[in-house]
Amino acid sequence: MTDSRQTGAEILIRALREQGVEVVFGYPGGAVLPIYDALYKQNELRHVLVRQEGGAVHSAEGYARSSGKVGVVLVTSGPGATNAVTGLTDALLDSIPIICLTGQVPTHLIGNDAFQEADTTGITRPCTKHNYLVKSPDDVARVVHEAFLVATTGRPGPVVIDLPKDVLQLEGTYTSKEGVQLKSYRPQVQGDRERIRQAVAMMAAAKKPILYTGGGVVNAGPRASELLRELVAETGFPITSTLMGLGCYPASGKNWLGMLGMHGTYEANLAMHGSDVMINIGARFDDRVTGRISGFAPGARKIHVDIDPSSINKNVRVDLPIVGDAASVLEDMLTIWREEGYGKKADREALASWWKQIDEWRGVNCLRYRKSDTIIKPQYALERLAHHIKPYGDDVYISTEVGQHQMWAAQFLPFNQPNRWMTSGGLGTMGYGLPAAIGAQMANPGKLCIDVAGEASILMNIQEMTTATQYRLPVKVFCLNNQWMGMVRQWQELLHGERYSESYSEALPDFVKLAEAYGWVGLRADSPSDLDGLIEEMIKTDRPVFADVRVDQKENCFPMIPSGRAHNEMLLGPEDQVENPITEEGMVLV
Amino acid sequence: MIQPPSVYEFQHNEERINRHTISVLVDNEPGVLARVIGLFSGRGYNIESLTVSEVDHAEHLSRITIVTSGTAMIVEQIKAQLDRLVPVHKVRDLTLEAVHIERELALIKIVSTGERRVEALRMADIFKARVVDATLESFVFEFTGTSAEQDDFASLMRPLGLVEIVRTGVVAIGRGTATL
Repeated sequence: MTDSRQTGAEILIRALREQGVEVVFGYPGGAVLPIYDALYKQNELRHVLVRQEGGAVHSAEGYARSSGKVGVVLVTSGPGATNAVTGLTDALLDSIPIICLTGQVPTHLIGNDAFQEADTTGITRPCTKHNYLVKSPDDVARVVHEAFLVATTGRPGPVVIDLPKDVLQLEGTYTSKEGVQLKSYRPQVQGDRERIRQAVAMMAAAKKPILYTGGGVVNAGPRASELLRELVAETGFPITSTLMGLGCYPASGKNWLGMLGMHGTYEANLAMHGSDVMINIGARFDDRVTGRISGFAPGARKIHVDIDPSSINKNVRVDLPIVGDAASVLEDMLTIWREEGYGKKADREALASWWKQIDEWRGVNCLRYRKSDTIIKPQYALERLAHHIKPYGDDVYISTEVGQHQMWAAQFLPFNQPNRWMTSGGLGTMGYGLPAAIGAQMANPGKLCIDVAGEASILMNIQEMTTATQYRLPVKVFCLNNQWMGMVRQWQELLHGERYSESYSEALPDFVKLAEAYGWVGLRADSPSDLDGLIEEMIKTDRPVFADVRVDQKENCFPMIPSGRAHNEMLLGPEDQVENPITEEGMVLV
Repeated sequence: MIQPPSVYEFQHNEERINRHTISVLVDNEPGVLARVIGLFSGRGYNIESLTVSEVDHAEHLSRITIVTSGTAMIVEQIKAQLDRLVPVHKVRDLTLEAVHIERELALIKIVSTGERRVEALRMADIFKARVVDATLESFVFEFTGTSAEQDDFASLMRPLGLVEIVRTGVVAIGRGTATL
C-alpha cells in the first residue's frame, strides 16, 4: 500500500491488518457505517456479525483466550457501546486482551445529546485498562498501535477506541506501528533476580510447600505452562490452581490437587491452609479463593509473583513480592533451583510426609456424590462428557456460563493444556458461554468447542445461536437443565431458610424445538441411560447441537467454603449443612 | 537451612490511619483527572485535597498533588493503582519518601467596620497575609501557609467578619536538590 492519504476508516483497517488481526466481532450502526463500508471493499479482515453487542465482546474473549491473540470488537455509538460494557468489565476482571472499537457521533455534535450519543469514554473508563477518543484521522493509526500495546502487554485487558464519524470519513495519513511507544507505560517483565533467589531458597527450605497458580500463567503464554510443569517436576511440590488457571498444570499430573477456593477440592484447600510456604504465581488472592482472610493459610510464608504491582498486598499481605511476567520468573526460578542444586538439598523427608498428609485428604474423595439410576445427576453428566471427549485429547475447548454447572465443569472436566478453558471468573457473567464458544470455534476451526451451560444463563445470550448457524460453526451446548438458577437456589437453601425467592423458572422454552428453529440440532436426555447416546450423537454431529440434559433439580455443589469461613471450614456435602450453620457475618458477604 | 528474612517488614500498627501527600506526574490530556478521581471514588479511597495544573507545556505534563488518608496497606494500594494508569509517569509519596514543604493559598473575604475591621487588618499583618482588594466595608486577604496555618487564620478571622473563603488545596515539593 502507498502512503497516500486515506480515510480514517481505511486507516483503521490498515492498522488492524498491520497488527495481525484476522477476525472482528461486531454489529453495524449509523456511526460506524464508514468502517463497514471500508470492510466491504476488502477481503483480508473477516467480520463476524453477532446478534447483540454483548455477544461480540464475549465472542472476542473466547477467541482471545483460546488462541492467545487479541480479540477485536466493532460496535456502533450509544447503545452499541453501552451493550458492550458488561463484556468489557468481564475482560478487565479476567485480564483478557480486547480491542473494542466504538463509533461516536461526529466531533461537532459531541456533548449535544445527539442521536445515539453516549459518553463512551466516560462510561468505559472504570471498566477498561485504558480508552481513547480519537479527534483526528491522523491519530487513528497511532492510537490503534498504542491500544494493542496496552491491551497485550503487562497485565492484559480491554482497551476502547472511540471513533467519531467525521474522523472515519475525513482523510489522514497512516503511521506504522514501528516506533510507537508510551513513555508513561513500561510494564516490568523481568523479576528482581535477588528476590527470586530468596524465593527459591524459601522453597528449598519448605516442609509443607504449595504452588498456587492462576490466570497469569495462561496469559504469560504456553512457555509459562511448560516451565511450570518443569518446576513441579524438579521440586515435587503439590500444585493447585484458581478457576482461571486450569490447564496450566495438567489435571492428569500426579502433583495436581484440583482447583482451590469456594468450590475447590478438600485436598487443595487444606493443603493451602496447612502449608508453610505458599508460592502464588499469577493469581490475585481473590475472595473466592481465600475465604475469610484472617483464617487464610495462617502458617504460610507467602511468595507472590504477579506482573501487576497493584495485585500485591491488596487482599493478603505477602512476605516476598516479585513483580514480573510468570514465564520470565519461572525461568529464573528453575535456573536458580538447578544452579544451587536444591533438588538434592531440599528436605525430601518433610516433603514425603507432607504428601502423606495430602494423600489422606485425597482419600476423603470430596467430589463424591450420590449416584442414581433414575435421575441424571449433573456430576454424572459431566463425568460422561469427560469420558466421551477424552479421545479428542487436547483438541477440546470448553466454555461455561455461570453458576453451579460452571463449578461442576471445573471440578469434573480435566484440563491438560492452557487456553482450553473459557469461563467468566472475576465478573461471573451469565450468558458468557455461548458467545465464548463461538469465538473459540472461530479461532480453532475443526476442533470440538463445547459450552457447558445452565438453562438460566444461556437464555441471557440465546440470540447468538443464529450467529453460529450463519457462520456454520458446529459449537455444542451441553445444557444441564434443572429449571432453577441453581447457585441462587443453593444459597437460598443454605443461607435464607429455603425461601426460594424468584429462582425457579416457571416457563422455559422447549430447547429441542428452539434449537431446530435456529437451524441447530436439538437433543434431549431425561434419564441416565439416555446420556451416553446423547453425548455421542452431539459430538459426531457436524452441526451446532443443543443438548438439553434434564438433571436433578435439587443437587447442590460441594465441597463448599461458605462465605465468611476459612479453608479448613469446608462443607463436604449435605450431611455437613446441619452441623455447620452459616453465621450472620457470612450472610452479608456475597 | 536458614530461611531468608522477609523483604517487607510491615509496621505492626497497620490499622493506624495516616495522612499522606502524594505527587503524581501525568500526561496533560483530556480525561486524565477523571481517571484519577474515578479511581479514588470507585475504590472507596479518601481525597482530602487535590490540586492539578500543567507544569511543563512543551512535554504536556501536569502535576497532581493529592492528600489522602488510609492504613499503610491502603496507601500502598493507592500508589500502585495510580501507577497502573496508562498516562501516569511518576507517583511519589512525599510523606514517606521525602522531607517536603506543603503550602496552600487562600483568598479570604472580610466584611466589617470599626474596631473589628482594624483588628482584622492587624491579624492579617501578624500572619503576613496580603490585602489584594479593599472597599470601605471589606477586605480580601491573600494568605499562603500550611493547611494548619490556614485553619488557624480562618478561625481567627471568623469573629472579625469572615464571610467567604476559597482555598487552593495543598501543593507540595520535596526539600533539597532531589526532584520528582
